[in-house]
Amino acid sequence: MAYVKAGVGCSHVPAIGVAMDTGITEQPYWQPVFKGFEKSRQWMKDNKPDVIFLVYNDHCTAFSAEVIPTFALGCAAEFQPADEGWGPRPVPVVKGHQKLASHIAQSVILDEFDLTIMNKMEVDHGLTVPLSVMFGDVEDEWPCPVIPLAVNVVQYPAPTGNRCYQLGKAVRRAIDSYEEDINVMVFGTGGMSHQLQAQRAGLINPEFDKRFLDLLTEDPVAGSQITHLEYMREAGSEGIELVMWHVMRGALNEKVEEVHRHYHVPASNTAVGHVILENR
Amino acid sequence: MAKEYEDIPGTFVFDADRSREGYHLNMFCISLRLAENREAFKADPEAYMALYPMTDAQRQAVRDRAWNGMLELGGNIYYTAKLAANDGITFQELAAKMTGMASEEYRDMMVKGGRSIEGNRSKIEWENK
Ligand SMILES: [Fe+2]
Repeated sequence: MAYVKAGVGCSHVPAIGVAMDTGITEQPYWQPVFKGFEKSRQWMKDNKPDVIFLVYNDHCTAFSAEVIPTFALGCAAEFQPADEGWGPRPVPVVKGHQKLASHIAQSVILDEFDLTIMNKMEVDHGLTVPLSVMFGDVEDEWPCPVIPLAVNVVQYPAPTGNRCYQLGKAVRRAIDSYEEDINVMVFGTGGMSHQLQAQRAGLINPEFDKRFLDLLTEDPVAGSQITHLEYMREAGSEGIELVMWHVMRGALNEKVEEVHRHYHVPASNTAVGHVILENR
Repeated sequence: MAKEYEDIPGTFVFDADRSREGYHLNMFCISLRLAENREAFKADPEAYMALYPMTDAQRQAVRDRAWNGMLELGGNIYYTAKLAANDGITFQELAAKMTGMASEEYRDMMVKGGRSIEGNRSKIEWENK
């Protein structure tokens, strides 16, 4: 049967992708950001996933104001990196895993989570930046297929932390009931504290971020109860992206060990946070 | 519905009301994601804007590149960022403009740890600074 051994939490700041794509990761500004992923890249080699289930949000790229699904599951054979206004990132096409994706869709919908199914979807930096930081530079293809789950965090209200956490549990039940013997790794991406808009732009709250990471590992139920108001007030209007980490956490065991943590301010306008959690 | 989040200072929460009001402005902005549309906009900005039934105030905000004004009129930052990208403005430069800081000053603030949460939680705190 398929199994989940570990989860990854990771910011998906677009400028991190640009730094990799333009080869400036050794510059003093970027070096401390990437230093924290050295261990992660080795860990990815040692814990090679067969499939990654990646929770992220689209930034008004694939989804315009016309269609705003709360949860959209990528069931296509492949996903093209999108042009976000600066040309597409020079990274490989993301291959999906159609059999597992449709199994998850069916299982989770019967479990009463009404997902939108995407048989065609472009993916933006929200999906490709976490792959880049965790795998490092890749040549012609990504090391494994990816199942994207796009979450609306742009138009208020995003799904609640609890809803995300419960969906993660449903995703786990789906993976556990898939007959092939494969290692499915779950990524929750976005955050950490940041505000990109209006007069309060540039807000960073390391105390909030640290508490969030501590709760994620030690008391995920309490973490899942953080309200939207608290995210927006304390972690910035775009800090609400952190709800997506609860999907990842819900897919893990109740007890996990945090085997790696990395936190750095800033990458562009954002606090970069990253954890690796292994099931215990 | 009560909007507790309206008490957060210097912030436009993009809720259903703003989304409804800003729909055509946002659709205009996102169209600039594609190179052919950027070229058409560059060739004749007024004619290109006319394709989108925005309000006069929204059109003027676009002309003025009133970045906070667009947000106030229902624009969302991820959409207005496409207009900024069209103008060759990076996300960080755009953020600086919205705060009224010079780009270097803003970048410096970020390198030093960003804008503190202290004094920036509520409108009362904000006004008493
Ligand atoms: Fe994001």
